[in-house]
Amino acid sequence: LTAAWKKYYAPETVAAALQILRRHDGRARVIGGGTDLLVEARRGLRRPFEAIVDATRISGLGTIEENGEYIVIGCAVSHTTIVNDARIVRFGTCLSEGCGVIGGPQVRNVGTLAGNVAHALPAGDGTIGLLALGGEVEIAGSDGTRWVPTKDTFAGPGRSIIDRHREILTRLRFKRTADNEGSAFHRVMRPQGLCLPIISMAARLQMEGNIVKAAGISMGPVGPVPWFAEPAADVLVGKAATQAQFEKAAEVALENITLRTSKYRATEEYREAMICTYLPIILTAAARRAGAEL
Amino acid sequence: VSRLQMTVNGAPVDVDVAESRYLSDILREDLRLTGTKTGCAEAECGICTVLVNGTPVVSCIYPAFKAQGANVETIENLSRDGGGLHALQQAFLDHGAVQCGICTPGLIMTAKGLLDRKAAEGEVVTETDIRAALKDSYCRCTGYQSVINAILQASGQDVPPYLPETRTPETEVGRPRPNPIALAKVCGTARFTDDYKFPGMLYARTKRANIPHARIRSIDVSAARELEGVRAVLTHEDVPGRNAHGVVSVDWPVLCSSKIRYAGDAVAIVAADSQEIAAAALDLIEVDYEELPVVSDAIAALHPDAPLVHPERPDGNLLKHIKVAKGDVEQGFAAADVVVDQTYRTPTAEHLFLEPECSIGVPAGYDPSRFGGVCDVLAKRGEEARHDKTTIYVGSQIPYADRDQAAAALAKQPDDVRVVATVMGGGFGGKEDIAGQIHAALLAEATERPVKMLYSRQESLLVHPKRHAMIIRMRTGATRDGKLTAVEATLYGDGGAYASLSEKVLTRATTHASGPYDVANVKVDCFATYTNNVPAGAFRGFGVTQSCFAVESNMDMLAGELGLDPVELRRKNALDVGSTTVTGQLMRESVGLLECLNKVDTDMRAGDFRWSWDEGHRRLAWGLAVGYKNTGLGGGAPDKATAEVEAWQDPAKGLLAEVRISSAEMGQGLPGVLASFAAEELGIPTESVSVLLGDTDVCPDGGPTTASRQTFVSGNAVRLAARAVARKLPGATGSNVVAQHEYWAPKTQPLGTGGDMHVAFSFVAQAALCEIDMRTGEVQVRKIVAAHDVGRAINPLTLEGQIEGGIVMCIGYALTEHYIQEDGKPWTNVMARYKMPGIMHSPSISSHIVEHELSTGPFGAKGMGELPSIPTSPAITNAIYNATGVRVRSLPVDQDALLHAIRAEATEVEFGWGDRDPIPKVEFGGEH
Repeated sequence: LTAAWKKYYAPETVAAALQILRRHDGRARVIGGGTDLLVEARRGLRRPFEAIVDATRISGLGTIEENGEYIVIGCAVSHTTIVNDARIVRFGTCLSEGCGVIGGPQVRNVGTLAGNVAHALPAGDGTIGLLALGGEVEIAGSDGTRWVPTKDTFAGPGRSIIDRHREILTRLRFKRTADNEGSAFHRVMRPQGLCLPIISMAARLQMEGNIVKAAGISMGPVGPVPWFAEPAADVLVGKAATQAQFEKAAEVALENITLRTSKYRATEEYREAMICTYLPIILTAAARRAGAEL
Repeated sequence: VSRLQMTVNGAPVDVDVAESRYLSDILREDLRLTGTKTGCAEAECGICTVLVNGTPVVSCIYPAFKAQGANVETIENLSRDGGGLHALQQAFLDHGAVQCGICTPGLIMTAKGLLDRKAAEGEVVTETDIRAALKDSYCRCTGYQSVINAILQASGQDVPPYLPETRTPETEVGRPRPNPIALAKVCGTARFTDDYKFPGMLYARTKRANIPHARIRSIDVSAARELEGVRAVLTHEDVPGRNAHGVVSVDWPVLCSSKIRYAGDAVAIVAADSQEIAAAALDLIEVDYEELPVVSDAIAALHPDAPLVHPERPDGNLLKHIKVAKGDVEQGFAAADVVVDQTYRTPTAEHLFLEPECSIGVPAGYDPSRFGGVCDVLAKRGEEARHDKTTIYVGSQIPYADRDQAAAALAKQPDDVRVVATVMGGGFGGKEDIAGQIHAALLAEATERPVKMLYSRQESLLVHPKRHAMIIRMRTGATRDGKLTAVEATLYGDGGAYASLSEKVLTRATTHASGPYDVANVKVDCFATYTNNVPAGAFRGFGVTQSCFAVESNMDMLAGELGLDPVELRRKNALDVGSTTVTGQLMRESVGLLECLNKVDTDMRAGDFRWSWDEGHRRLAWGLAVGYKNTGLGGGAPDKATAEVEAWQDPAKGLLAEVRISSAEMGQGLPGVLASFAAEELGIPTESVSVLLGDTDVCPDGGPTTASRQTFVSGNAVRLAARAVARKLPGATGSNVVAQHEYWAPKTQPLGTGGDMHVAFSFVAQAALCEIDMRTGEVQVRKIVAAHDVGRAINPLTLEGQIEGGIVMCIGYALTEHYIQEDGKPWTNVMARYKMPGIMHSPSISSHIVEHELSTGPFGAKGMGELPSIPTSPAITNAIYNATGVRVRSLPVDQDALLHAIRAEATEVEFGWGDRDPIPKVEFGGEH
């Protein structure tokens, strides 16, 4: 019951946020909604922080913008806003679907995609969605900002490459899916305690007729960090979008990962069965959304 | 400390507070807006939901400074300044969507966020919208259908309350009306224990063992006592009286002196100026333990080499061997053409009442003016609240037992302690045992200040008794034409570390273990054992929920073996007037089981009926089960209640009355029931009767609120006291008329002596329509058809609330709930690890009321609070069998194991979710 943090900052500029982080030198934590971190802090699972830096009041980062071929999401944007955004529903469907199953409505109203990605859990639903879209994240530090592919931001379970001493995740972006592209997401849960996914998967397909031109597949938890399943996606490229081919992609995915039995969550066999069942289903949905007639 | 500025309910707020505070805490403690409740501090339960800039957020983990400059709206904003009720508040009342009321403000605020948004978008609110918006807004009492209908009504749609058909009402009795206390609950003004704040009040915390079995070598509290802001640290040495409590057997230490028997054991208690200081003090308490081997399995507990939980007991870990026998089972099975013999397992289950336990102790002679304040607390009509004796404010199911147990620990006479019942945020059996009552009183007397002992959700999970985990082997025999010839069963119940109500609960499991059937030959042995697990005690259904799962699974298997329709098999054997129960009780009246079965059967088979069919990748199937449950304590226990009724003439309102009785309202609707009884007798409207419950100084003892007994026992007491008042009224000129009546339920016989073991039984039949996703093994209950024989419907609105809530609670038992312990250590240590059914799990419910009147019941009524939570789980697993051919033998259903069985074309699943070992082998009789 000791206070989980001492100072609460809500800076209005990135520069101010970075200055606070430098001042606290690793003993401050950036939050969006704080819906993961503060629950853990309140349960005493984390040592108290010196300071919380609330990133949701940074000016200019509270909106979803279109910039050329990109849709750009500020770090202050909540899951609910993403789910209700017609552009993301249409041009980043799997991200919208992923964000739509995170927590409950009250949590989605304050939780952010930026927080989901920065938390780097093995199966963050928004993260899985962004990953399949080939999304990127913008990291701001004292040396300026850089865009990093989402798949390269994970350092380990619950650990991001973002340096919490001096960096902050400011924006996320992905290329709008074109008319011949589509995406889909699915998560398998259980209704009992342990609100962690058994498996979350997302897929994006670019089609030419019934031939897959390009593909992105993501899934988790299948390892310490969310997996950008390139080998599974590669199997599809240049091939007709058929159930058999989609099942092949699932097979290849399984060849490249070591599934585990996690206590009270799922057996290895069940996870395998769910990948075999649902990867073809979301690939079919993505292909249809890309205009393929399956 | 920094400056926080917000607009709260339209008014500017400007406070200096620590930056580490949460919004719920500021609202409740600093602004005293206690309409916002907190239930978990994990963002799990949703009862703390408020609107921030119009958006629902869970305020328990919302940093207060996140709301800097924001517009915050709480339940208190909905009906301000005498402006009448908000449409949502009115609709929640109309639909009976309010029971215990602890979740009501959160549900209403979440719904308001939805309605406001939909109105702004110009869209019509649909049931789908409501389910999505309330996905994580939990309610443990209702079945959510009333909540959905209320929100639809509030959105402007014409949705009437769902009311089952019932008999023609009397003038007052039998009419649907909201529970009188529901109005305060929808407004956020109903005061639960944690909503009280007394001048000078301290905050208490308990040092828990957190290890399951150990000897205590030493306890050192010196460092804790020296911490600034700590006012008292007490150990077993500071308990002036009896250092033990227990509702049935007194074996539970108030504060452990020499031994730890489960992880939730209390070693020391602290009172301090704040919760934070009290918590910090706990960390300074040094306890030196010698850890002991752990026994965590009800069957292993009886092994001769098992570690002993209470070594001083003569029977080792055997708490009680309960036996029921009728006829000759050997002969019965010899006469059987078909025998089904199966072993089942049921999980430890948690009540998850959404209000964690809270007690406030107030010392004798407390004077609030000493702390510069006044206290406005409950008092009898026309009297000021006084604290001339040790007083405990608590939401408890048995106020008089709390009083007596606290008095014993305090070395006081019972009359020198007073228990004042506060509004209770759910109980379900989980608030019968002592929680913090004695601790709060001890600390209050030690510090001479009021002391609040509020449990966190996590502490609540750790400490209070649960539903017994059981292993049940059951053998059922029948002739070719479907007549049951014999039932033999052996049950093991894990009683945990202390007796609690194990003996009573497991007796009920045993005596109901042949089901509501007429069986000539029965032999049942039940072993209640001590282990180092969390104690097990009362939980809605009281053991019968467990044995019903075995009984009704076997009945469906038997029907399959015999090639008989499951309904027909039950019809052939159902108890009826003239039958004799397993304990030798002749059923003379009020046996509505056949009518329940017929009503459910007709409803289920309406239209194009099939037992199972496919819809895409889903397979749908019906499953059916029946059950019964005693009303009242029975078994020879003295079962009585005393009620006091006072009537007076009000110059403006005419004749008014107050009913006073120490019975508990935990959301089930008792005040409305009692008010209508008194009103009927006095010939006045129910609205003219107020009901004061549970103040041991002004309300006579209504007995425990358990065993579905209050409508019957307290109901009769109130009715007869009111009748006595009515008789005296004509002679009374201008003065108040008061009468008491001590009502004794008809005498019952102890188990084993034959005759009437219970005053009555209530009966139920339920059919579940389930869908099973054949790709994933996921199970969803789509619809429940139910019929309950309640004797007489006293208030159809609150009755239906009990039915829907009980069914959904039992859906949780079947599909989602398991309090998991690993070698005596709870894995289920946070609410996130225990999922009760949410609105997404709630099916549509078609409810029929059967009214086979009980001549001794008030207006024919018998008890029904537990009844709906009994047959739902086997109805669901029977449906799963009918869909997949897989018999589920352990609850809750594990989709992983079920899918594996479906794919392997197996015929059964032995593992439930959370089970690590196969079901142990059980020998019949099980002599140890």
